[in-house]
Amino acid sequence: MFSNLSIYFAFQSAFMSNTNSKQQEELHQIKQMMERSSRFISLSGLSGIAAGTCALVGAYFASNVINNSYSGFISSIDINLYNQSLSITNLLGNNLMQIAILTFIAALISSFVFTFLRSKTTNVSVWGTTSKRLFVNLSIPLLVGGVFLLKLILLGAVGLVAPACLIFYGLALVNASKFTLIEIKYLGYSQLIIGIINLFFIDKGIWLWAAGFGGLHIIYGLIMWLKYERQ
Amino acid sequence: MNPILHLNKVFDNRIRLGIMSALMVNDEINFNELKELLQITDGNLASHIKGLEESGYIQVLKGFIGRKTNTTYKATKDGQLAFKRHLDALEQMIKNSK
Repeated sequence: MFSNLSIYFAFQSAFMSNTNSKQQEELHQIKQMMERSSRFISLSGLSGIAAGTCALVGAYFASNVINNSYSGFISSIDINLYNQSLSITNLLGNNLMQIAILTFIAALISSFVFTFLRSKTTNVSVWGTTSKRLFVNLSIPLLVGGVFLLKLILLGAVGLVAPACLIFYGLALVNASKFTLIEIKYLGYSQLIIGIINLFFIDKGIWLWAAGFGGLHIIYGLIMWLKYERQ
Repeated sequence: MNPILHLNKVFDNRIRLGIMSALMVNDEINFNELKELLQITDGNLASHIKGLEESGYIQVLKGFIGRKTNTTYKATKDGQLAFKRHLDALEQMIKNSK
């Protein structure tokens, strides 16, 4: 009698836990599909590390230029400030500007390569709905920031360039984080904090810029790589 | 009331569940994107889409990109409601069995 009962209970609980795990599995699948269809998950941590390394190399060259001719850069802008003749061609001839552009291109290409490779393993096309959404949401604050930076430089407010870079980039990341891995949101917040700190320590611009674009990218890249990619 | 009764038969399939989940968080998804998400063949996907369409849970929008056809899918109000009920029932069952 008792043994019958215990068999019944054993069967019952096995049946219950079985259906329970089936439902949990189903919920898990729903969640996964919602995530997969709305977020670009192929963003590689190695992209962050690569972009961060480019930023550190760029910051190193920039700091050399600044140490050698910081006053030269400032005065060349000051001279032109009032007669408004500081043109974009003048800027392109500037060493710092060339370093900035090269760093940006190198970071963009190297980070794209790793994400492209990652998209091969996750089987998500690198130019699908999710990546387009990510790109658009990242680009809007960045483009506005770019125009703003250009105006800052033209007005001679070079001290605000580094904090403005960090702040606009941070805002772009927070904005775009809804469409990709959650770590990007925290990377964005971190950039914003460094950018705001930079506003109060204008003369530390190059160091804080290196910490944000170099250090934070490498740290978050490493975290993402360890969490999602390391087999 | 037994929550099993609230489970929706239409969603009792991994692929239909997947299609519906994706359509709950995206306004529109086209055929190729669904195929990529679910990693299934054209025929298989088409038959499940047909099932959902016949239940009135999704809406099929036929369009063109240049000369190529671009068919996109959208969850209907009925479909969203049915899916939410299905989710609630699943949740209930998990709670009850604890």
